[in-house]
Amino acid sequence: MTPAIELRGVTKRFLAPSGGIYTALRDLNFEVEPGEFCAVVGPTGCGKSTTLALISGLEPPSEGEVEVFGQSVGGIAEGIGYVFQSDAVFPWKTVLENVAAGPRYRGVSNRDARERARDWITRVGLAGFEDRYPYQLSGGMRKRVALAQSLINGPRILLMDEPFSALDVQTRTLMENELLNLWSATSASVVFVTHDLEEAISLSDRVFVITAGPGTVKSTYKVDLPRPRNVAEIRFQPRFVEIYEEIWKDLRDEVLVSYERQKRGAA
Amino acid sequence: MSALGEQAVRTGPDLAGRRRREARRRQLNVIGGRVLVAVVILGGWELGARATVIDRFFWSQPSDIAATLWRWFTEGTDLGPLWLQVLVTMEETVGGFVVGSVFGVIFGVVLGRNRLLSDVLGPYIKGANAIPRVVVGALFAVSLGLDIKAKIATAAVLVFFVVFFNAFQGVREVDRNLIANARILGADDRRLTTEIIIPSALSWIVASLHTSFGLALVGAVVGELFGATEGIGELIYLSKNLFDTAGVFAGMALLAATALVAEALITALEDRLIRWRPPVATETRI
Repeated sequence: MTPAIELRGVTKRFLAPSGGIYTALRDLNFEVEPGEFCAVVGPTGCGKSTTLALISGLEPPSEGEVEVFGQSVGGIAEGIGYVFQSDAVFPWKTVLENVAAGPRYRGVSNRDARERARDWITRVGLAGFEDRYPYQLSGGMRKRVALAQSLINGPRILLMDEPFSALDVQTRTLMENELLNLWSATSASVVFVTHDLEEAISLSDRVFVITAGPGTVKSTYKVDLPRPRNVAEIRFQPRFVEIYEEIWKDLRDEVLVSYERQKRGAA
Repeated sequence: MSALGEQAVRTGPDLAGRRRREARRRQLNVIGGRVLVAVVILGGWELGARATVIDRFFWSQPSDIAATLWRWFTEGTDLGPLWLQVLVTMEETVGGFVVGSVFGVIFGVVLGRNRLLSDVLGPYIKGANAIPRVVVGALFAVSLGLDIKAKIATAAVLVFFVVFFNAFQGVREVDRNLIANARILGADDRRLTTEIIIPSALSWIVASLHTSFGLALVGAVVGELFGATEGIGELIYLSKNLFDTAGVFAGMALLAATALVAEALITALEDRLIRWRPPVATETRI
């Protein structure tokens, strides 16, 4: 079976504003199976977001190969959904127009796009808010709009870049459960970037630990917790704690390296 | 603890009532203050002129200005009926405003989207902007003649640069996340421009329209000063030649009234175009 996503020996360098070259990722390798929920954790600045930019085709790799369903990625890849860390819903569009944007851009007629958008707005629990503008919504509601906006296109791969990091703890748990519900009804593969190990374990089938920048995969862990899961409670299970401890030992060193570097940079 | 809670509940509606009364009182204070300012300035001017502290010949006086306005209004001006003069100047202003804004937005968006083009043309645009642009009025008076075209062209040139720089900056400041999101959702280049970049730049563009309408009025009036047969500017020019300072001030009053009306219209337009923005507190607006 061809993997949904395959990164082989991927290196990404950026031209820093100072003129130097900054290596965000070095020799990164990983595979995501179709329908698999993967989490990517790592310290700040390890190139987690860059990984998503490479898979989506927003950025080309400097070296190595990025493949989505066996196809080499050049430009924006087909069948990708992307939920950004910051708010990326369009502030000048209503909820309905925001959700309908994807289908419209893909050539669906205005009326059909709106009909499908209404359906998705109901699914993410925003029925009745179709005509609101984003500024009139709470942070959690805007995330729901962003989810509907991505999922309406029926993506085979859903990329999520710390999507819930700006939400308060209760809303966050709610949204995590919501995400698992919505995802279980699709066959999409998910790459979920986060710096929160608890979130990573409770959501995913597999966790990749990335090293302090330049990022590369340090280790991979299988999360063999049964589904469906309740994110609010799963963290009390003994198996969850075991997995957490195991991964944390690995992650801790990287976090320390990153922290030391930041301190030196600040000094 | 519970007593405190009850008290808070009891004062609830009362508090709202007090807020409303306070707001109304504040509103009255503002209006009263405005009237007071007018009375002090106009009254001081009038009294000063009557006491010959202020030279009436050079500085006129409010009662004369009012009389001139009344005469223009009832008997017409030396150039014809007053409404016609106002209409002509408005036509020139709005014409220049529309032409300048449209070109400003088009050039701003195109150059904002195209780095190479903006790098090539950048110094020329900055150079042109550095010229005191009202002088083009003299050029247009010669090349386009004494009719409305020369005034529209002068006003348009003044408006163009303001709108252009705002549109350009607005395009450059578009949130990169929004662009990335739109591209992932499948937007092509055209959609990206019409659905993301222009709406995003619109708050910059509309903000510039407030300034640029005033400039359009300047352009129209300067155009009339360089040579015209009708319009408020021509009326002012004529009054000046007759040493009729009351006429000059009356023309100025007309221009100010026109500008205030236009300002209100643009604010209404702004609220319509940018409905998606959280409403600004009314106090911050002048």
